[in-house]
Amino acid sequence: MIPAAFEYVAPASVEEALAALAEHGDEAKIIAGGQSLLPVLRMRLNAPEWVIDLGRIESLRGVRDAGDHLAVGAMTTHHDVGKDALVHEHALLVSKAISHLADAQVRHRGTFGGALAHADPAGDLGAPVLALDATMVVQGPGGTREVAAADFFVDLFETAISDDEILVEVRVPKHTGWGASYEKFVRIAHQWPIVAVAAAVRMDGDRIAEARVGLTNMGSTPLRATAVEEALVGQPATTDAVRQAATHAADGANPPTDLNGSAEYRNHLATVLTARAVLAAAGRDAT
Amino acid sequence: MTTTDDPSLAPAKEVGRDRRRKEDERLITGRTRWTDNIVLPGMLHMAMVRSPFAHATITSIDTAAAKAAPNVVDVFTGREVADVQGVIANAWPLSEEQKTPDHLPMAVERVAFAGEIVAVVVARSAAEARDAAELVDVEYDELPPALDLKEAAADQVLAHPDLGTNISSVWTLDSAEGGTGGNVDEAIETARADGIVIEREYRQQRLIPAFMEPRSTVVDPTGEQYVVWSSTQIPHIARFLLAATTGTPESKIRYIAPDVGGGFGGKLQTTPEEWLTFLAAKRTRKPVKYTETRSESLMSGHHGRDQWQRLTLAATKEGRVTGLKVDLLADLGAYVGVVGGGVPVLGAWMFNAIYKFDSYRFTTTQVLTNKTWVDAYRGAGRPEATYAIERIMNELAAELGEDPLEVRARNWIQPEEFPFTTVAGMTYDSGNYPAATERAKEMFGYDELRAEQQRRRESGDPVQLGIGISTFTEMCGLAPSRVLGQLNYGAGGWEHAEIRMLPTGKVEVITGTSPHGQGHETAWSQIVADRLGVPFEDIEVLHGDTQTSVRGLDTYGSRSLVVGGEALVQAADKVVERAKPIAAHMLEAAPDDIEFSGGRLQVRGTDKGVTIQEVATAAWAAHDLPEGVEPNLDATATYDPVNFSFPHGTHLCAMEVDTETGQVTMRKYVAVDDIGNIVNPLIVEGQVHGGLVQGIAQALWEEAVHDDSGTLVSGSFVDYLLPTAADTISFETDHTTSPATSNTLGTKGVGEAGTIASTPAVVNAVVDAVRHLGVTDIQMPCTPERVWRAINSSGPGGETPGAAAPHFDESTGMSGTVDRTTGGAE
Ligand SMILES: Cc1cc2nc3c(=O)[nH]c(=O)nc-3n(C[C@H](O)[C@H](O)[C@H](O)COP(=O)(O)OP(=O)(O)OC[C@H]3O[C@@H](n4cnc5c(N)ncnc54)[C@H](O)[C@@H]3O)c2cc1C
Repeated sequence: MIPAAFEYVAPASVEEALAALAEHGDEAKIIAGGQSLLPVLRMRLNAPEWVIDLGRIESLRGVRDAGDHLAVGAMTTHHDVGKDALVHEHALLVSKAISHLADAQVRHRGTFGGALAHADPAGDLGAPVLALDATMVVQGPGGTREVAAADFFVDLFETAISDDEILVEVRVPKHTGWGASYEKFVRIAHQWPIVAVAAAVRMDGDRIAEARVGLTNMGSTPLRATAVEEALVGQPATTDAVRQAATHAADGANPPTDLNGSAEYRNHLATVLTARAVLAAAGRDAT
Repeated sequence: MTTTDDPSLAPAKEVGRDRRRKEDERLITGRTRWTDNIVLPGMLHMAMVRSPFAHATITSIDTAAAKAAPNVVDVFTGREVADVQGVIANAWPLSEEQKTPDHLPMAVERVAFAGEIVAVVVARSAAEARDAAELVDVEYDELPPALDLKEAAADQVLAHPDLGTNISSVWTLDSAEGGTGGNVDEAIETARADGIVIEREYRQQRLIPAFMEPRSTVVDPTGEQYVVWSSTQIPHIARFLLAATTGTPESKIRYIAPDVGGGFGGKLQTTPEEWLTFLAAKRTRKPVKYTETRSESLMSGHHGRDQWQRLTLAATKEGRVTGLKVDLLADLGAYVGVVGGGVPVLGAWMFNAIYKFDSYRFTTTQVLTNKTWVDAYRGAGRPEATYAIERIMNELAAELGEDPLEVRARNWIQPEEFPFTTVAGMTYDSGNYPAATERAKEMFGYDELRAEQQRRRESGDPVQLGIGISTFTEMCGLAPSRVLGQLNYGAGGWEHAEIRMLPTGKVEVITGTSPHGQGHETAWSQIVADRLGVPFEDIEVLHGDTQTSVRGLDTYGSRSLVVGGEALVQAADKVVERAKPIAAHMLEAAPDDIEFSGGRLQVRGTDKGVTIQEVATAAWAAHDLPEGVEPNLDATATYDPVNFSFPHGTHLCAMEVDTETGQVTMRKYVAVDDIGNIVNPLIVEGQVHGGLVQGIAQALWEEAVHDDSGTLVSGSFVDYLLPTAADTISFETDHTTSPATSNTLGTKGVGEAGTIASTPAVVNAVVDAVRHLGVTDIQMPCTPERVWRAINSSGPGGETPGAAAPHFDESTGMSGTVDRTTGGAE
């Protein structure tokens, strides 16, 4: 598995990276952690002439407390985001999702921004980021712009980032005190999810005050199960009530059929896992 | 000369000790001679151009651009080398009428599976070879592919149109014809009238041997002999076949299997890639290396299993089995591999397992398709047989409403009945099925788990519990040459050993077996240490190089210890015999008065003696040897086994099934194996654990999946699911011991036991968990979706969709549209 030859640059700033991108245009690819790009190159599915490595741009790394939200640098590794105390406190759902993401080696190299820019519908970060109403900050020749997560994922492997832009930061609104659960359904441990459900719940006594539910691999992009979210508001966190609300989980979804499962099965899984995720997020035993 | 009679000073027995493996440090750190680590002066590298189509005529190949690429030394196509490339042989034709399509290393006119080689590029670096391979322009005319096994068996589409049929061979074993039992059709008829008849069809999915080290070959043509290093299990057989099929004299070929990182049958093959590397070295007169990528390994290294199994079991109303009829359809893939149809045939003697059946008939039909060819994979034929019989014995128990262990016990060969000739004509030498089963039940907590299962059923727990049983046997120690001859196999089944006594008293042991991870260096040292009474550390085991290991038949079929180990014992005994006259001379005694024990040759009734290592030094110096005695203690032995060996065991497995999702989770696994005497318990434990995981993986995870054009969609480890430690639990293992009578060491072989036993244990447990919901079968692998479907519709769960899960995409990160040809189908 040898990739075709390419030229390699590792700029020290976002501006330099953008300049390189402008210069080489179509012939260039950004590399972050390389965990998705390198297999593509090694399988010769793609052969860019230039590879622009963001690895030396220090400003793109780390998690910052920015008042009402957390600012996660695009080049922060899964491992670093996953163990971050701020993320644990204010965006627990993200920590939960990362604890199930791939294996330790991949988590030490793969990046938060790279995974989102890659936009694999089976990726574990899309649903949590969507559920928590994050905002993507992309930078291009004309400066930065903000894209809501709901507008960011366009299609399979396709995002709102344009050719001459780089994803630089992800702003995750604080969900302090929310319970969270990421129910990832796999056949073997180091697999992408067949289906996963990301749920965050704010309780008010015994009742669910607010719920956020994101679905992984239930369509060509991560999805919000808005019907479930609405049905949950004001409900008691009981198995019956939550299951009732979860029957709507697959509404509007269009999951794939592949060797891990048919669309029909995925629709079924989505309802079961949604109920389990919400109950767990509400601190209830899922069964 | 030292003298002592104190037994406490005698060296401790090595056999039975859990010695750490002496080869592990170099194997684990990789600082060793893996074939791909070998670098020779001026060495060239090779890349293959492969067909993307399962079945097509090659209309043209344009190599001009590749030839003009930087540092390309040679480019050749099948047509250019049609007469000199040799062939990939089938060593076991099942009949004179067997249809055997020509299997050339490189296709000349037509490709018969996706992944078949159509052109070869040789360049100064591997990267340049790969780059140039992309420039070879091949045009094809697509032909309809024969893909589905049952459809292919009906000759709807021909895999090789010139053969006129897809049926390569049909092979039958019948107890009435062979005089080993009654007529099975009569037994079935009787049971239909007044007994029980159970008919089932089981699927053995296609698997892919996934050893850790990809196949690699280096060929150096610059000396008098061609030196071939290859990551193979069979250096001796490969050397013979390379000579036989290319016309190069065998004496001009030196074949070396250096350290080899796993095989599982996947390297029991002569590969097109080996033959083409040899050819490239011949053409360029330079050393050439080829190492496959993992994608190539999955796509075009041979696959395993792939059968439909139809069984009819007849029994009395009391549950005594009176007859078993087996009809197999076996997918050979595009070609007949080195063992080929012999793989399903190896199952013929195992469907009757540890039971006393009155009558038996086994028929297997080998079918050609346009998929990668199928050959030996860990267990080869025996796991398939064991799976089917252990599944259907559970069905019999369900029919009777009895505990499946009791129904089995009613049909067992009893301990006092050995040696026992089975309905298939094999003579089992030893065994004790009740003993292994008792031990397993006790370790498992069988009765408590049955009680918990009952509670869960009654309370309608969404998570149900199932208990799976597998009381297996297998035939190991392949094989008596006489039997192989009767079966038309192209070689014998003996094994060879040599012991060299070095002047300093150190010992070189040369074995014809070819370890690729089994730990022979350690175990063989233990055997020789005991037999010659020399320290473990003084022994070096050499293997895999036909220049040192001159004779041998290599490693597969749990044969190395039971056949190769016996050869070692015999060679060691000869060394002792050669030492006796010299020792007698040194001790001024008569040779008849010399007795050997614990490494010492001693004058009977005295304390006068010498060590065998001292005799080795004296023989080398040769200053004072008795008249007519050669100055040499070395000895060789070639041992041809008289019978197979028959390990057996009882495996019990508890599985939890989440009835809402179909997810299955292993709760407990107990394996009690009777593998005869044990040379190294630590190595045995490793073989059992690894084997279990491999068998469990067939039950739950692994499956080669093709799309409807014949492309392998489980073409990487993203989609071909191999478990890791994270997916398995701690197994509980133990042993009962009834030594084999067919070899001095009393060993039976353990290489395949875990793999053979575990698959039915797991599936039986999964089915048992949901049987009360109307489920009688779930097709392998028992994916959550299949289990869920079986619960909700009672069928076995259906076929796997032929689409990969796309995670790596051509357009990754590029904006714009995505054009995916596989996966995500709505
Ligand atoms: C064995 C294995 C198992 C995996 N399992 C999982 C799993 O279970 N769940 C899961 O979610 N993921 C999984 N992944 C994928 C992993 O999360 C990757 O890290 C992720 O998909 C890509 O991140 P990266 O930093 O490696 O990006 P790269 O591979 O470097 O880049 C991916 C794509 O994004 C583009 N890109 C990267 N960064 C930017 C940026 N800042 N701006 C614009 N474009 C950019 C690149 O050009 C490229 O096209 C797995 C990967 C492997 C190899």
